[in-house]
Amino acid sequence: MKKSFAYPYGVWLAVFILAPILMVVVYAFLNADGGFTLHNFSYLPGYLPIFGRSFWLAFLSTVVCLALGYPMAYLMSRLSASKQSLCMMLIMLPMWINFLLRTYAWMSILENNGFINQFFRSIGLISFLQSHFGYSLDYIPLINTQGAIVLGMVYNFLPFMVLPIYTVLIKLDRKLIEAAQDLGAPTYLVFRRVIFPLSIPGVISGITMVFVPSVSTFVISQMLGSGKNLLVGDLIDLQFMGGAYNPHLGSAIALVMIILIFICMWIMNKFDDGSSEEGGLLL
Amino acid sequence: MNQNLVDLQNLKKEFDGTPVLRGISLSIKRREFVTLLGPSGCGKTTTLRIIGGFEQPDSGDVFFDGKRLNDVPPYQREINTVFQRYALFPHLNVAENIAFGLHIKKLDRADIKRKTAEMLELVGLRGFENRDVTSLSGGQQQRVAIARALVCEPRVLLLDEPLGALDLKLRKDMQIELKRIQQRTGITFIYVTHDQEEALTMSDRVVVMNHGVIQQVGSPTDIYNEPVNAFVADFIGESNIIDGVMLEDCKVEFCGRTFECVDKGFEKNAPVDVVIRPEDLKIVYAGDGLLQGVVESIVFKGVHYEMMVRTQFFTFMVHSTMAESVGKTVGLSVIPFDIHIMHKSAEAEA
Repeated sequence: MKKSFAYPYGVWLAVFILAPILMVVVYAFLNADGGFTLHNFSYLPGYLPIFGRSFWLAFLSTVVCLALGYPMAYLMSRLSASKQSLCMMLIMLPMWINFLLRTYAWMSILENNGFINQFFRSIGLISFLQSHFGYSLDYIPLINTQGAIVLGMVYNFLPFMVLPIYTVLIKLDRKLIEAAQDLGAPTYLVFRRVIFPLSIPGVISGITMVFVPSVSTFVISQMLGSGKNLLVGDLIDLQFMGGAYNPHLGSAIALVMIILIFICMWIMNKFDDGSSEEGGLLL
Repeated sequence: MNQNLVDLQNLKKEFDGTPVLRGISLSIKRREFVTLLGPSGCGKTTTLRIIGGFEQPDSGDVFFDGKRLNDVPPYQREINTVFQRYALFPHLNVAENIAFGLHIKKLDRADIKRKTAEMLELVGLRGFENRDVTSLSGGQQQRVAIARALVCEPRVLLLDEPLGALDLKLRKDMQIELKRIQQRTGITFIYVTHDQEEALTMSDRVVVMNHGVIQQVGSPTDIYNEPVNAFVADFIGESNIIDGVMLEDCKVEFCGRTFECVDKGFEKNAPVDVVIRPEDLKIVYAGDGLLQGVVESIVFKGVHYEMMVRTQFFTFMVHSTMAESVGKTVGLSVIPFDIHIMHKSAEAEA
């Protein structure tokens, strides 16, 4: 009886997840005429810099998310219940606005003539730089930089870091903190030896939930990076939707990406198992 | 230099406007095993948490070895706690749990290893070093919690209902074990429980509390034999508590009769609580006793039968190794020495 409730999900899983992945696998090993080939993979070494950039930017945004998100989650978990739900709402609020719209908003904020540059101009920062340092532009380039891409990722994915950590922290038994104090641990040692090690599962899922969408994003890099900083996501997008139309190559890249992400997740989960000694390695 | 290790002076504490402690003063000597005993909500755990530093009293002082302790944070107190549900660190194994306090104190590895091994030996868990604490039984977790606290060599060990989660047999074994550990280590134990038997078994002194007030402090035998009021009498073991009037020294009236007793010094005709332990009532032939009643119920309790005998004024609980039959009319007798006279308890006056 209860098992049957899961059938719709099983169908969903088969149609929208397993089937597409299977198609990606099949396409990756076919040429345009439908014959088996490994040729598609021979292009990959040329794309190494793009892979490198994708992983590097995803790594950066994950680190920034963790650095911002952990303290946020920690402070939130210590507030009174009513303040906690207010904070929760503030974190969720931006998600009610469409992802594209939110990213468009950042475009207009970061543009050469956008909000931030207008502000710099109005306080005279630009003219100061021009007159004293021979600065030649009349704006500070913000948009279309790797920094803007990281900013976009952090902005969009930060809640996915905060929430799992927060969930673990509020479930933490207060008695364990008291026990640590009782055994002589001042606040920073209580954190290092008890609170942080016990929150590692939350950190792991936070990292996963930020890293995976970051490493495969293409919307953010196109909108805030203008396509100058091509990421793997953009590359795949180009093969399927863009001028370079080649779904076989696109599938090969996607397949390699899936495998790389799996490897990353596998390594992450290793930390979870062996976290008892030094959880600090994650940082 | 005074002998008291812990001195509580007029501690008061409220939670959300509800008074939990209404002026607790208590002195605890070195090497003493003191039990705070009372029903839930009586303030015993709050008192313990104030000594441990996890709560601040609204007023009143805590002195430790003559020094005021109020503003010292828990991690600087020479006091360790065994928590109610053990509060073992789930991410550490048995040895790491026990060594937690030693690592904080930055002892060198050899010392930590030696002391941890000694503790495991003391609590009978040798060979369990690398076990996951979540895989241990309740009794074993309990031992780890005790070892973890004792290894820090505290001057006072606080125990917050540590045996509450264990089954009866294990609880009895652990009571004896705790007493043995206390005697061997010479550490002052402050123990919180609502189980009167536990308190009587282990303690040097018992502190009976109710509604944030200390009712009586004394040795287990004193508390049991000479309860100061009806609350203590009722809480420590079973009691029949009857309204009575003290006619004169050694003469008390209750249940419509005058009885001889051994208590003196009450005002003439003062209303009192008369306390008679169920085991002190003897069932005799109807007509032979001072009171006469009908057996209403019998419950077998193992060692004895518990019978309710309804007399004209009061239904007595009687413990006897001989069963009577329900509905039988019997007599009850009691010797003067076993009739305890008490002032009406403070609670009733308030």
